[in-house]
Amino acid sequence: MNFRAIKVIYLNEMTRFWQTLFQSIASPVISTALYFIVFGAAIGASIDSIEGVSYGLFIVPGLTMLSILTQSISNASFGIFFPKFTGTIYEILSAPLSFFEVLIGYVGAAASKSLILAAVILITASFFVELQIDHPIWMLSFLVLTCITFSLFGFIIGLWAGNFEKLQVVPLLIVTPLVFLGGSFYSISMLPEFWQKVTLFNPVLYLVSGFRWSFFEVSDVSIGTSLTMILIFLGACMAIVAWMFKTGYRLKQ
Amino acid sequence: MNPIISIDNLCKTYDTGFEALKNISLDIKEGEILALLGPNGAGKTTLISAICGIVSPSAGTVTVAGKDIINDFRQTREIIGLVPQELTIGAFETVWSTVNFSRGLFGCKKNEAYLEQLLKDLSLFDKKNDELRALSGGMKRRVLIAKALSHEPKILFLDEPTAGVDVELRKDMWAIVRKLRASGVTIILTTHYIEEAEEIADRVGIINNGELLLVETKDHLMASLGKKQLILELNEVIETIPESLTQFNLELSPKGSSVTYTYDTTEEGANIADVIHSISEAGLVFSDLKISQSSLEDIFVDLVKEVA
Repeated sequence: MNFRAIKVIYLNEMTRFWQTLFQSIASPVISTALYFIVFGAAIGASIDSIEGVSYGLFIVPGLTMLSILTQSISNASFGIFFPKFTGTIYEILSAPLSFFEVLIGYVGAAASKSLILAAVILITASFFVELQIDHPIWMLSFLVLTCITFSLFGFIIGLWAGNFEKLQVVPLLIVTPLVFLGGSFYSISMLPEFWQKVTLFNPVLYLVSGFRWSFFEVSDVSIGTSLTMILIFLGACMAIVAWMFKTGYRLKQ
Repeated sequence: MNPIISIDNLCKTYDTGFEALKNISLDIKEGEILALLGPNGAGKTTLISAICGIVSPSAGTVTVAGKDIINDFRQTREIIGLVPQELTIGAFETVWSTVNFSRGLFGCKKNEAYLEQLLKDLSLFDKKNDELRALSGGMKRRVLIAKALSHEPKILFLDEPTAGVDVELRKDMWAIVRKLRASGVTIILTTHYIEEAEEIADRVGIINNGELLLVETKDHLMASLGKKQLILELNEVIETIPESLTQFNLELSPKGSSVTYTYDTTEEGANIADVIHSISEAGLVFSDLKISQSSLEDIFVDLVKEVA
């Protein structure tokens, strides 16, 4: 195992995060604050509490998920897409590195950034609502699993994307709608029965539901189902990455 | 001596069906400078990329220091440095951080003293804290060389290192190449500047259309394929070459002011003294004479033409 290489890739990726620290921190802080003002204060004031949780508090897990899903994908996809785009990938390919080590470096960095982001969002949220986390270990486990899974997903997108537009398509046109429709800002029990069934096909529902359960034991599906779904998604991403590495997909000709 | 790189029947066919390499077999000796010459699209970069792990070979094997480049890729890549043809370099990192990054990628411990000396040798030391995007093209080229040498490789690939480089950098570069060779580094370079191959290489390989046409020591190549020409400037213009001289296959210039005698250095036959003597006997008076030897460029052009 080439640990030094993993370390330099990881640190190199993190450097970009620190260099743009203001954007990295300011953007989630501002958007979280906006969501709280709009959903929590303005709209939330006329919404009753959901299963005993005030609306402002109820949206905290969904809001966090929204940011970390999109950020994990965009960080990881950009991380591997950019060297491919500029051609500097030659150095990674010609180094004594296995694909697995490359993966740990890039995905590890993207997942770390998302974890920092989640912390920033939760801290911001604590200024608006009184945070309640019933199962911190579960909460952290869900967070870490989600960050890793979606960073892997982002890595796959980064390898697949042939141009900048494709890089944006998946987070914007697929992930964001799935998060909004996956019960981030409502409980699916508030939907008509037909739409509840449809929502069960949305993988994000399981992430948000499990994550929310770790906060206040309120969930749309059972914690076991949530965990199983996220592990299946993680397994699927790993299988795709393994296949990509084996075939050198979009990396090697 | 065992070759440091041994290429056996290497083939590369791209997905498009384009055959970039056709059964290339080549042994590269430790410590030599091998120049690969060939027109654009000949397969030089693909060959280098296959050895370095950037392109997957379709068939054939390559061993580096006795290790297979696929099964033992860690050991083979550890000792190889690559300077790519394009100026593919980051933008926001500093020179210092990028060379440290390269060294780390190859699994080497930090060694500030070595990297500092490397940057000094490449006249980059005073730019060490500059961002890469602020550097000129020539400086970026130097950074690419520094990155390739950051892990102290035993083999260095230089893919058209002097393309678009000014005279000063070119001189510096060849000084570095000579220094590296003196320290035992094997160097494989591709170039369009044939005079450079002529000046610096020990052996020359000529590639065209994915095939390795020949690999020879430069001296042998020039001696065996090189032609010499004896050109005599005449005092008076003549219309035809006198009959007595037809045996020498002389060529008269279009204006009739000079005759050229082309001969093979290895060929048995009339020597120059005979030719000069016979010319004088035929009553031709010459005012000047010069001898020219064909350059690698002529040899290269002839070879590529022959195959086409």
